[in-house]
Order: sequence, then structure tokens, then C-alpha cells
Amino acid sequence: MRRFFLIAVPYVWLLALFLVPFIIVLKISLSDAAIARPPYVPQFEWAEGIRAFFAELDFENFTWLIEDDLYWKAYLSSLQIALTSTLLTLIVGYPIAYGMARAPEEWRPTLMMLVILPFWTSFLIRVYAWKGILSNEGFLNQFLMWTGLVSEPLQILNTTTAVYIGIVYTYLPFMILPIYAALERMDDSLIEAAEDLGCSRLSAFWLVTIPLSKGGIIAGCFLVFIPAMGEFVIPSLLGGSDTLMIGKVLWEEFFSNRDWPVASAVAVILLLILVVPIVLFQRNQQKEQEGDA
Amino acid sequence: MKRLSAFNVVSLTLGFAFLYIPMLILILFSFNESKLVTVWAGFSTKWYGELMQNEAMLQAAWVTVKVAVFSSTIATVLGTMAAYVMVRGGRFMGRTLFSGMIYAPLVMPEVITGLSLLLLFIGIGLDRGVLTIVLAHTTFAMCYVSVVVSSRLATFDRSLEEAALDLGCSQAQAFRLVTLPIIAPAVVSGWLLAFTLSLDDLVIASFTTGPAATTLPIKIFSAVRLGVSPEINALSTIMIGIVTVGVISASLISKRALVKQRREEQEAVRTA
Repeated sequence: MRRFFLIAVPYVWLLALFLVPFIIVLKISLSDAAIARPPYVPQFEWAEGIRAFFAELDFENFTWLIEDDLYWKAYLSSLQIALTSTLLTLIVGYPIAYGMARAPEEWRPTLMMLVILPFWTSFLIRVYAWKGILSNEGFLNQFLMWTGLVSEPLQILNTTTAVYIGIVYTYLPFMILPIYAALERMDDSLIEAAEDLGCSRLSAFWLVTIPLSKGGIIAGCFLVFIPAMGEFVIPSLLGGSDTLMIGKVLWEEFFSNRDWPVASAVAVILLLILVVPIVLFQRNQQKEQEGDA
Repeated sequence: MKRLSAFNVVSLTLGFAFLYIPMLILILFSFNESKLVTVWAGFSTKWYGELMQNEAMLQAAWVTVKVAVFSSTIATVLGTMAAYVMVRGGRFMGRTLFSGMIYAPLVMPEVITGLSLLLLFIGIGLDRGVLTIVLAHTTFAMCYVSVVVSSRLATFDRSLEEAALDLGCSQAQAFRLVTLPIIAPAVVSGWLLAFTLSLDDLVIASFTTGPAATTLPIKIFSAVRLGVSPEINALSTIMIGIVTVGVISASLISKRALVKQRREEQEAVRTA
């Protein structure tokens, strides 16, 4: 009895507030828009049963997504922005994780804390911090003009470059931590063995260190890529009008255009795109855990 | 012995500079006399004064804290239950679906979670406000709590529980007297994580709130959308200060607990 209660409470909670809402999204994505409250016409009633469900499905919101090039351009550009910024985060994050793993043992807890601290700090505030830095009169442009590198302030805020900077900055701890965990476990004598056997330091790095930290690299990349793909706050605070990201499109479709069926269809497709990396990520995590055991 | 090469030193220095300089600039300009956030005009604390006068901002802060306390507490209870079921529950019907529902919200884009919950609340005719935000935050936070707690449950020695049962404890007593004290640090960090996630959330709160309940992130977002303002810098500085004190003291406490635990273990070995 107690066991039943223990399982049932969290189970029912998740069913009611996670699974059922999804089914509703799916249902509304297959409904017609209407100028009403709520602004959609339900495509079917639950009571009519399965046959009616399939008979009345209506894919016009999805055909609309394909026909209007705003949407697929937004998906492609989110994909491109997420991929590029994941790569940039890896390039910035790997040397930091590597330096942490090679730092003296007694420094490491402090370094760890320094990486984790920004993660606990408000995401919104960390994105906001860059607004003041990147603006035309901002700190970065003042600095660049002072050094004489540029004579006119660069337009960085409200461009896609600012979005890249924002994503790299906010998601950096997610990249550093798994790579650091992998590197810290690594046995140093492996590098020494490689060097003794005639590897240069660089080739020992490529042939030994990188393959051994592969699990951490993969985990870090997914942890950056998956949330970056649906990102809303960064493009809307730092990006410009030409920065297309699907999270922002969904938000506007819902709040500005009040077209709920299209917003739901956008969400369904975004989820379908993300299923592949999510499944790959789970597999990688499982493999890592089995490797530990 | 590991050696820290020049390359390591440079990458660590640049890396941490990149992580911290933006926040330091933000803090610096909260003490600026001028309304311009980019030109230094002398030291002043007037923006903190104005912040304290800002009724709407204080009201939003209160709503946010209320939501965070309720949602993180419920999420900790549900998440710990879910973790216990996942690690100790054995087989039951729908276990795969259950674990899927625990891991999925962790990687779900916030816009989708927010949208789907809003559609649910409208569907069942629930008025949007503090209650709906608490429900929404509890749902995604319990998954984080459950992951943190289950990793602790999975690594600890089960024979301790079995010993308690052999010595005549009931299941409930064994949980209360043995399991709970051991997983307590994980439960506490789960609560802290849930609390922070709730304080910080903009997207899900925007979808699930009504006109009556505005949270601090919603307020900040609508203010900074238009541009930078020193008042927001002042607010950010206060928030960064609280988090810094919290994280540093948490790490000191856990370090001390670890030292104490090691000493006790050594004592036990010596007496044995």
C-alpha cells in the first residue's frame, strides 16, 4: 500500500502536468484558428472516440509551416546558430577545463566553485550584462576605440554575433563541467607513456587526451546544443530583427499574433527536431555510466 | 606531478576573466551617479534607494520568493519520492514511461513546456496566477531534484539499510533513521537547485502567469527589453550578492561536513 502511494503520487503528477499538456499541444496543433477565447476551434471532442479523432485530423497548420518560408528559415537558422555556438563554446571551454584538470589539487575545488557560481546566478542578469557591454557606446566599443583598433563604434548589439556571444557566455559552465570531469579522471601516466614512446606533446594530446575526454565533449555539446536550439531570452535581448530563432517565433506567434494552433504546430516540429539529439545524448550518458562501473 | 604550463595559466586567466568581467562591470555601474550605464560619473548609491522606492518591483520580488519557496518545497518532496521509486522501487507497470517523464523535462525547451502548461490550465479553466506558476515550476523542478537525489541514492551502501531492517527497524523507520540522513545533503542541494530555477525562470512563468501575478524575471525582462537602466543593475548586484554568499557558504559547510565524516570514518576504523 505504501509502495503504491510512493509510486502513484509523482507518477500522477507527471502524467497530469507533463504528458497531458503535450497531448493538448498536439491536439491544438491540429485545430483551426478562430478569433475567440480560447482562440482555436477544437478539432474533435474527446467523447467522440478514436474513429472521429482520426477522421477529423487536420494538417493545415503543418502545411502552412511548410508553405510560409518564415518558419523553415527560422528552424534552419536556429539550427545553424545552435551548432555554431556549440562549437564556439567547445573551443572556449575545452582549454579552461583542461587547465582546471592540470591545476594543483588544492586549487581545484575553488576553480570548480568559480565555474559553478555563474550557473547559480540569474540567467537573465547574465544576458543583460552583455547589453551594456556590446552597445555602441558600450564598454567593448570604448575599449576598442581607446586601443585604436577601430575608429567607429562597431555595431555588435542587435546582431547575430551578439547572440553567439550570449550563448557561449551563458552555457559555458555546461561545457566546462563534463569535460573537466572526464579529464580529471584521466591517468597522467598515459600521456607520459605516449611521450616516452615518441609522441610529441601535441600528438599525445590528439591521440590520447582528446579520445579519453570524448564522453565529456559529447555530453557538453549536447548540454549546450539542446537548450540553445529553443532559446528565447538571448535572441530577444541581444539579437536584432534579422536574427531568426524558432523559440522567438513561437513566442511571437503565441503572444503577438495569438495564433495558438500555429504556435502549437511550431512546438511539435521543434520537438521532433530535438528528439534525435536528446536520444543520442541519453545513449551517451548511459555509455558513460556503464564505462564507470 | 602535474605541471601547469604557460598555456594552462593563460587559458584559465582568460576563461575566468570572460566569465567574471561582464558581471563586475554590471556591479560597478550600479554605483554610478549618472543614468547612463556606460559613462562613469562618480560613486553613488542612489539607484539602490530608488529601487527600494519601487513598489511594483518589491511586489514582484515578493511574488517570486513566494512561488520559489512553495514550488521548491513541493518539488523536493515529489522529486525525492520519484528518486526513491526509480532507484529502490524495483519493477512496476509503466516504469519506462515514468523515467522518460523524469528526464524529458530536463532537456525540453522552455517555450514548449510553458506553452503546453498554459494550454492545460486554460483547458481545465484554472485561473492563471500564483497557483499556476507554482504548479508549473514544481513540475520541472521535481525532475531536477529527482536526478540529484537518485545519483546519491544509487551510490550509497545498501547494506546499511539492510542492517537497520535486520536490527528490527520497520521500512519507514529505516528510511527515516538511515536513508534520509545519508541522502540529506543531496535533498538539500536539490531544494536549492529547485529554488534557484524557480527564482530565475522567465519563459515558463510568462506563459503560466496571469495579470495578477508578475514575477521579478518578468518585470526585469520587460524593463531591459527597452534598454539598460542603473536600477536593474542595482537589483542584479543584490541578486548576485545573495547567490555568491549562498554558494560560498554552502561549499564551506559541505567541506566541513566532508572533513568531519572522514575523521569519523578513521575513528571507526581505528576502534574496530
